[in-house]
Amino acid sequence: MTKKAFQRIYTQVDQITKATCTVRAEGVGYEELAVVNGRLAQVVKIQEQEITLQVFGGTEGVPTNAEVVFLGRPPALKVGDTLAGRFFNAYGDPIDQGPPIDGEEREIGGPAVNPVRRKQPSELIATGIAGIDLNNTLVTGQKIPFFADPDQPYNQVMATVALRAKADRIVLGGMGLTNDDYLYFRQVFEQAGALHRIVSFINTTEDPPVERLLVPDMALTAAEYFAVDKNENVLVLLTDMTLYADALSIVSNRMDQIPSKDSMPGSLYSDLARIYEKAVQFAEGGTITIIAVTTLSGGDITHAIPDNTGYITEGQLFLRRDTDIGKVIVDPFRSLSRLKQLVIGKKTREDHPQVMNAAVRLYADAANARTKLENGFELTDYDERALAFAKAYADQLLAIDVNMDTQDMLDTTWKLFANHFSLEEVGIKKELTDRFWPENVQA
Amino acid sequence: MTKGKTYSTGRVRGIVSNLVTVAIEGPVGQNEICFIQHGDTPLMAEVIRVEGRRAFVQVFESTRGLQPGMEVTFAGHLLEATLGPGILSRNYDGLMHDLNTMTGVFLKPGEYTSALDLERQWAFEPLAEAGQTVQAGSWLGEVDENGIAHKIMVPFQLEGTYELKSVAASGEYRVEDTIATLTDEQGSEVSVSMRQKFPVKKAVRAYRDKPRPYRLLETGVRTIDTLNPIVEGGTGFIPGPFGSGKTVLQQAISRQAEADVVIIAACGERANEVVDLFAEFPELDDPWTGRKLMERTTIIANTSNMPVAAREASVYTAMTIAEYYRSMGLKVLLLADSTSRWAQALREMSNRLEELPGPDAFPMDLSAIISNFYSRAGTVNLHNGQTGSITFIGTVSPAGGNLKEPVTESTKKVARCFYALSQQRADSKRYPAIDPIESYSKYLEYPELQRTLNQEIDPDWTDKVNQLRNRLIQGKEAAEQINILGDDGVSIDTHLTFWRSEVIDEIILQQNAFDDVDARTPMARQKYMADKILEVVKTPLDFERYEEVNPYFKRVINALKQMNYSEFESEKFNRHLGELKDILGERERELEA
Ligand SMILES: Nc1ncnc2c1ncn2[C@@H]1O[C@H](COP(=O)(O)OP(=O)(O)OP(=O)(O)O)[C@@H](O)[C@H]1O
Ligand SMILES: [Mg+2]
Repeated sequence: MTKKAFQRIYTQVDQITKATCTVRAEGVGYEELAVVNGRLAQVVKIQEQEITLQVFGGTEGVPTNAEVVFLGRPPALKVGDTLAGRFFNAYGDPIDQGPPIDGEEREIGGPAVNPVRRKQPSELIATGIAGIDLNNTLVTGQKIPFFADPDQPYNQVMATVALRAKADRIVLGGMGLTNDDYLYFRQVFEQAGALHRIVSFINTTEDPPVERLLVPDMALTAAEYFAVDKNENVLVLLTDMTLYADALSIVSNRMDQIPSKDSMPGSLYSDLARIYEKAVQFAEGGTITIIAVTTLSGGDITHAIPDNTGYITEGQLFLRRDTDIGKVIVDPFRSLSRLKQLVIGKKTREDHPQVMNAAVRLYADAANARTKLENGFELTDYDERALAFAKAYADQLLAIDVNMDTQDMLDTTWKLFANHFSLEEVGIKKELTDRFWPENVQA
Repeated sequence: MTKGKTYSTGRVRGIVSNLVTVAIEGPVGQNEICFIQHGDTPLMAEVIRVEGRRAFVQVFESTRGLQPGMEVTFAGHLLEATLGPGILSRNYDGLMHDLNTMTGVFLKPGEYTSALDLERQWAFEPLAEAGQTVQAGSWLGEVDENGIAHKIMVPFQLEGTYELKSVAASGEYRVEDTIATLTDEQGSEVSVSMRQKFPVKKAVRAYRDKPRPYRLLETGVRTIDTLNPIVEGGTGFIPGPFGSGKTVLQQAISRQAEADVVIIAACGERANEVVDLFAEFPELDDPWTGRKLMERTTIIANTSNMPVAAREASVYTAMTIAEYYRSMGLKVLLLADSTSRWAQALREMSNRLEELPGPDAFPMDLSAIISNFYSRAGTVNLHNGQTGSITFIGTVSPAGGNLKEPVTESTKKVARCFYALSQQRADSKRYPAIDPIESYSKYLEYPELQRTLNQEIDPDWTDKVNQLRNRLIQGKEAAEQINILGDDGVSIDTHLTFWRSEVIDEIILQQNAFDDVDARTPMARQKYMADKILEVVKTPLDFERYEEVNPYFKRVINALKQMNYSEFESEKFNRHLGELKDILGERERELEA
């Protein structure tokens, strides 16, 4: 960070809290960057000459005579094709021993796309995982998180999805990643020979938590470069957004803001929306798709973080261990892709919407039967069949280790229907059963 | 209206997020608009508190880069909507700037485009004559706006009565051209054009009185129209956890409702949902006129990533536009998704102002703000004897899906229709997930509505609706019994009660918003299906064993469902009707045997 000639240096720090310090200065702009004894900081409050700075690395050891230099610009990232294949920290500085990026400097956290300039997302993203492609089909330009307890293999599933997704570019934003997970991502991307398509911004558990606040904006600025300037299909992976929100609450609580639910700032909804709404289908063809991870505690989705996330994103993918089959599945009840309507039955076979709905209904019947069983009641013949169906359905389709194309998923579901139910019980439009019910197909 | 006056100025002193403190020179008014000069760009802001020589303003844009010392000029007026022909089919931001005429892909702070096309010529026809006494809201003339007779009115801001001195002859005029001259009681003249401005946070009161609503507003959504109808000039709200179907339901209503004008405020929700409207509305037909839906629609888009302060403004802007069209004697439907985001915007600002927080850190006066807003809806009798209405339906997004939270509770006090979306129903894909038992329409208790329903649909309609509702309640009780006692622990009658209510649920309540036929059910068809269902559930049936009940009703439901998916009274429809008869007949034969 080179100092420009006219920059003034201030050395009178009035107040220091855990995350902020206050200095008297003039001519400072809101959200401008500063360096406090070598640590990057950002203006979060201006009261006349009193400037409050949020110090990303924490204020430990900052003295009252610290050297404060204002940089005259908000946080920015140098963008260019050479971003590809590189690993950066939350400030956009390389952490892979490679050379610095030579490119145009872009402010991060820039303005929103004019909604009338967006296009309706329309391209299906195939992942091979039926819990996703069949029941919760993803579309380019969508934003969707995995909701998962910390012990679920969400990062593995996300890496699989990313590699199968056929994106031109993948941008990984890691927040509070364990070092092991960071190395895991590096390794799978490398093994898949995909490194050249990937840009990573990494904050690990070893880095100061407040730094995380920069990661999504860095990742999305890189994504906007590839999607707008290069018309590419960009997939952005953000993990773990719960840790991002935790960092928000650290800062706001230290700034004495009145916390709302679960000690989260009252602006949590807007803060998260600003990030997720960067997902977009541009008219010129570029897209930004965001797949995120929101870890839950004890499956509780009413906590402010998953709750606000659910209100912002276009659905969620809920991972759960199915004890019947001993595998992790994409839970068909709590999972939802809101954009699936745009592609199912249009980009996929026309029986897709009805088959999907019927299967989930029958799976729900099985859940009711299971409750009966747990309450010690006798099961009807229908209940027994529903349970058998559910088990096969979970094993052959919902489990995350599945990899097949959508056509096979549909055919498999029809087979399961016919194995366990009568036509009426499945309740699908006659025009479709005439064509796809296994007996009719053979005929 | 104070023209030529000079306004106060000031300088920026402090900035926290979008709250800016301004040292003021000269008088300023609460809620007055001002502009902060950021380089070449004036950023719009609104005064939200004044303390001595300091004004606190909320900026409708990002405040990045603002510095102390920057110049502020006050505008001398409150936040206003610009009203005139050409609003329909336009897409605005929360402050009523035309999104389509903005340049570039990204929004630029301070790019304030005109709400109306100032160049376009409109064919004006006078409706009033010189010498007439007029007042705010009086119709002076009309122009054809997308097939709607758009009335040109005496501006709402004018107080008292005026004499119409002259009115323009038929001909082509631009919105800023003078089309009439009025003389006030003192003899001074006021010229009137086709464009007027009105402060969005004030209610337009240019009407004689507000009678109780009494006519059904048909939405084509069965669980609403049949069971919990909303009325022209009514208010309703749709609370529900995320993903339970608020937006899908509201958009279905916006496409199908029997309204002349539809105003949609996308308030702090997803951009892609507005894009759906942009993409579909120009293509889809208005089922009532056959014109394109977009022609009767205006969209106010302040999505969740757009500036938060403008989010609050967006619902008021939408309401003011609705009031404008209501004053023309039109049926206006106003939809806001989601009113919780508006409340959250209020909360963010209140917290920044360090006001004493109310429950869940919302402002203390949240309830009053919400009730004030809902009270602007309603049917009105205009001074000229015509009537107009605003039906308002808002969604509410309760934190954690828990209805015991301030926005839901405040809204419940004022909105007369309550469409509670249930997580459980949504999880089992029983869409629309409106809980039939929790939900209500207070209008059903209005004798004047009961009268029109029985007149226009069926003399016994309200009675039939009650029968359906009672059977749903009985079905719920039966389900609980079966759950507690087990299938074999209850009588076959209990199973029948349960399955009969399932028929009502599956065939009347559930409706696929994405199926071309099923999505919209006109009232005549709703009446037919209600009769058919009552006939089915009243058919006496006898079963030996409870195990036979479930498969039998699955077949009944399947046949009825196929009817729902077929064009009304088509050959296909009748074929499935025949199947239904056969299935019902089977049991009767068995009974005789
Ligand atoms: N009537 C319906 N028919 C079929 N599917 C529906 C229906 N209503 C809702 N859905 C399904 O539920 C999803 C979520 O619905 P919607 O977007 O309306 O939820 P919401 O309540 O507005 O959620 P949020 O509060 O997060 O905005 C839809 O994308 C669709 O898949
Ligand atoms: Mg919604």
